[in-house]
Amino acid sequence: MSEANTTDQVEDLQSKALRELKVASDTEQLEAWRVAFLGRRGELTQVLRGLGSLPAEERRAAGAAANAARVALEQGLEDREQQIKQADAAAGMAGEAIDVTLPGWPVPRGGLHPTTRIVRDICNSFASMGFSVVEGPEVEWDTYNFEKLNIPKGHPARDMWATLWVDHTDEDGDHPMLMRTHTSPMQARVMEKSDPPVRVVVPGRCYRYEATDPTHEWHFYQVEGLAVDRGITLADLKGTLYEFARRIFGAERKVRFRCDYFPFVEPGVDMSIDCFLCDGKGCRVCADTGWIEIMGAGMVHPKVLEGVGYDPNIYTGFAFGMGPERVALLKYGIEDIRLFYANDLRFLRQFA
Amino acid sequence: MLVPISWLKNYVPITDLPKELAHRLTMAGVEVGDVEQIGADWDRDKVIVGHVLEVNPHPNADRLSLPTVDLGDGETATVVCGAPNVAAGQKIAFAKEGARLFSPRSGGVEELKRAKIRGVESAGMVCSRMELGMGEDHDGILVLDAAAAVGTPLVDLLGDAILDVEVTPNRPDCLSVLGIAHEVAALTGQPATEPDISYPEDGPAIEGQIKIEVADPNLCYRYTASLVTSITIGPSPEWMQQALVKAGQRPINNIVDITNFVMLEYGQPLHAFDYDKVNDKTVIVRAAREGEVFETLDGESRRLEPPMLTIADAHDAVGLAGVMGGSNSEMTEQTTSVLLESANFSPINTRRTRTMLGMNTEASYRFERGIRAALAPLALRRATKLILDLCGGQAASGIVDLYPTDREPSPVKISRSRVRQVLGVDYPMPQIERVLASLGFETAEPPGGLIDLIEAVEAGPVAERSDTLWLKPPYWRSDITIEDDLVEEVARIVGYDTIPTTMLSTAIPHWEPQPMTEFKDAVKDLMASAGLQETISYSLTTLDRLASVDAVDDSNPPIRMANPMSVEWEYLRTSLRSSVLMTLASNRRMAQSDGIRIFEVGRIYAPQDEAKERDLPDEKEMLVGVLSGPRFSTSWTAEEAEMGFFDAKGALEYMFGRLGVDVVYEPADDSVLHPGRTAVMLAGKTRLGVVGEVRADVLDRFELDGYPVALFEIDMETLLSVASAVDLTYRAASRFPESYRDLALVVDSEVSSARIQQIIDRHRLVIGSTPFDVYEGEGVPDGKKSVAFRVVFQSDRSTLTSEEVDKFQGDIVRQLGRQLGAELRG
Repeated sequence: MSEANTTDQVEDLQSKALRELKVASDTEQLEAWRVAFLGRRGELTQVLRGLGSLPAEERRAAGAAANAARVALEQGLEDREQQIKQADAAAGMAGEAIDVTLPGWPVPRGGLHPTTRIVRDICNSFASMGFSVVEGPEVEWDTYNFEKLNIPKGHPARDMWATLWVDHTDEDGDHPMLMRTHTSPMQARVMEKSDPPVRVVVPGRCYRYEATDPTHEWHFYQVEGLAVDRGITLADLKGTLYEFARRIFGAERKVRFRCDYFPFVEPGVDMSIDCFLCDGKGCRVCADTGWIEIMGAGMVHPKVLEGVGYDPNIYTGFAFGMGPERVALLKYGIEDIRLFYANDLRFLRQFA
Repeated sequence: MLVPISWLKNYVPITDLPKELAHRLTMAGVEVGDVEQIGADWDRDKVIVGHVLEVNPHPNADRLSLPTVDLGDGETATVVCGAPNVAAGQKIAFAKEGARLFSPRSGGVEELKRAKIRGVESAGMVCSRMELGMGEDHDGILVLDAAAAVGTPLVDLLGDAILDVEVTPNRPDCLSVLGIAHEVAALTGQPATEPDISYPEDGPAIEGQIKIEVADPNLCYRYTASLVTSITIGPSPEWMQQALVKAGQRPINNIVDITNFVMLEYGQPLHAFDYDKVNDKTVIVRAAREGEVFETLDGESRRLEPPMLTIADAHDAVGLAGVMGGSNSEMTEQTTSVLLESANFSPINTRRTRTMLGMNTEASYRFERGIRAALAPLALRRATKLILDLCGGQAASGIVDLYPTDREPSPVKISRSRVRQVLGVDYPMPQIERVLASLGFETAEPPGGLIDLIEAVEAGPVAERSDTLWLKPPYWRSDITIEDDLVEEVARIVGYDTIPTTMLSTAIPHWEPQPMTEFKDAVKDLMASAGLQETISYSLTTLDRLASVDAVDDSNPPIRMANPMSVEWEYLRTSLRSSVLMTLASNRRMAQSDGIRIFEVGRIYAPQDEAKERDLPDEKEMLVGVLSGPRFSTSWTAEEAEMGFFDAKGALEYMFGRLGVDVVYEPADDSVLHPGRTAVMLAGKTRLGVVGEVRADVLDRFELDGYPVALFEIDMETLLSVASAVDLTYRAASRFPESYRDLALVVDSEVSSARIQQIIDRHRLVIGSTPFDVYEGEGVPDGKKSVAFRVVFQSDRSTLTSEEVDKFQGDIVRQLGRQLGAELRG
């Protein structure tokens, strides 16, 4: 056996083996191929075994060729195995296809009431400015609902809050107990319980003796706010409420503050935003004014501060109150406030 | 308050367009809700002043006439006219063909067309008020001022704008044209002119002709009166009628119109008595007698009682003070002498009187808002002057002015430092003074006395004191009593929009935990993520509905409203159960076959026990929910099944799990719930609430049928106390693997799965167990059931061998056998 002979033989063997490997198409054929070439009695193994009988100078070259062939065959086998495995997997999955357009397993979907959502949004926007969220009773004393807010009995401003009275009379024949007409009674309750500084928002249900229509409900929510300390000014009121409006209605809205009257503030403020339906040009929603009233506010009246034992010469503060349903009406384009508490799931689920 | 710009112009120059003026007033707190334009749609070429040259009869109709009208520039027109009052020589409003006018027939604006009326062609029209949109009067044509120039566009003569001012309760001065004029003056920097109130006092002294007495000075603060004799009753002049109509009043006769005009001008109600009907020429302002019957001008007979205040003569009441006059002293065509009253009555008593009598008049509206006593003599003199001007006659010399207690407001202080403290802006004192002067405030001496001495000392150095002003409110303002009232005046005139915008810079107060407020949010989120939709329902309901969920305690009934708006909303709820069942029922009507899962977190109102001297009710937060209908909407995956007890329980288990609260369910009774399908929820020994299926007879009361309804009710306060006591401590998971065994146990049917589980879980190496199959029937003896449990074992110290687990299982089965008579199912 000549030197050239053995080396050529190895190369021929390698080409043949790789040719056959290409046609092996499953694991069984691969195994047969492996046995045929790389097995104990395989052709390449035989060649390697025969190397010992070659002359030393021939042996080196032939050995190198045989080893290279073995590496090539082993690598080829591994690659082919991978190819076949991938092809098998692909073929298997092809048979497992499903209709992905069918609906998934049902998971019941719950949701929050739109009032809960909007009250949270409002409270959160103030909470991040350092206001705590507190709540108070819905059945109130006349004292807290009116008198401590500088609205004595017989005050014509009482007409601003048509009242549902609790059927309970005192010695004078008056009704001392009522369904709170606003969340403002908490102003006095909070200040009576704590010393300044005070910064709270008060969400809660309120009641009015009022006929209902698309913009009026006798049962509704309010969010009241109160900030009292040394050095709080009308400029701070404007800044705080402006920041609130930015957060709730977006930075592009214009905000307007004008003089208004509430007996428990002085100066009194009305805050409006420019109408987002008509961009301030005037439409049905803003009654052609271009502005939509969002809340009443003002600097806490000195009599209210005195009434809770705060010195109005030292402490000043501002208060505000708004109707979250009204905010939601505007934000979500709801046309009738009565939808809120009619509890029609077709309405409620839209806010889930 | 309707304020015609044309009327306003009598007192202050108006240079702004009506819309601009409305905006300025609104920003300053005098809200103008609407601006009505008169003549805005009168075509300048087509609606003009005409001069009636002659009036000829219509050849075919007695009631119609044919006026020929000069339209200027040599143009004349002859038209058909149906008005009885058209006459040659009149200046009239003429509409040419094509003009857009109000049509009484169609009730809308229509274009005027050429028409043939009873055989005569007519191109144009002589207009009445109604066609011009200026009032209801359609009986006769509108006769214009004789001085009006022929051909002038009518809009130049009669065009106007009317501001509809929404006056806040603190500003009765703005219930008057003059009050608005004063506002406009301050806002525009124009001077305001006061009306002329001077007149010749030619008659004998008033004192000899009428005796007036204020019997109750606490109810009548001031009473002024004048007397005019020899007057002639008739219609008031066109300018006054127009002003009244535009301000929303109906003209009646010259005297009544004058009292209304002056009321609208000054904001001071006036009343005119027929002097000849006042018995004994005596007027006594006194409280009504108990049960006194009095007929008011509107013809209603009213039963009075003290302390309602009357104006009475020697015999009877002739007026209900501050509210309405009486029929017995009413002005008539025959009246020749008028006793004019301009008074000031107690706001609270006026309000009480008119509320008790169910009345609300222009007069009472102003008195109850506390108009100034200073207005009374001014308005009296103004009206007296107008009577002399328009009705003739002779005024008695002098007026009666009874003013027992001085009610002029004290001067009010304003300091630069307070303005800065409240507004956050440092205005120089001259600016503050200028703004307030424009509103009519006059500098005053500080009030004398000890208090002011103290204030002067407090004010400190002289330099400081020069930054303080004392001001007297003008005669029309009744709302300025404290320094901050003046601060607001400064702010609203300089404009809130000019005040800077700053963020709060003071310290944020300490955070105080609000456990329930935060907890409610957490529970709502958990319920929503457990698949339930939140609802919010009215807290007022009917007694019947509360009774239908057995929530009425007869010995301590629910709280009732004294003035319920409807029987539907009369009682404060003592249970949320009826609320959610009603919500379920109303939605069931809309969606017959939907699965409905709803919850509500809201308050119930438990009345306090004591009948008298009640305290506020106990407002308790509750969580109530119902689940009913198909578990899944028709689905290709899930089997169709109806929701029941275990759906509600599953949602609750999810919530309790997330809250970390361990809850035990024990069979329980509840009058509203199915006796065999109800459990009480316990955390340790604490009762959290109840879950169960609603009884069929209860469902009937809510007209709910078709599906079972699972309901749960939890006391939020109790749940909060349990949830906040949960002690979360980390426990390391074992490093060694778990093993499990499935045990099928045969027990008596009554034995609860919880009881079996309790015994299983007691084994120290059991880390969990779950029942996974419950079976009664073939292969299991009568009265027995088979319950299969998967029991999971794990040790912290080693991997448990199969033999060890077998041994533990044997121990457990023995325990179950001993305590419950349980056997392994063969």
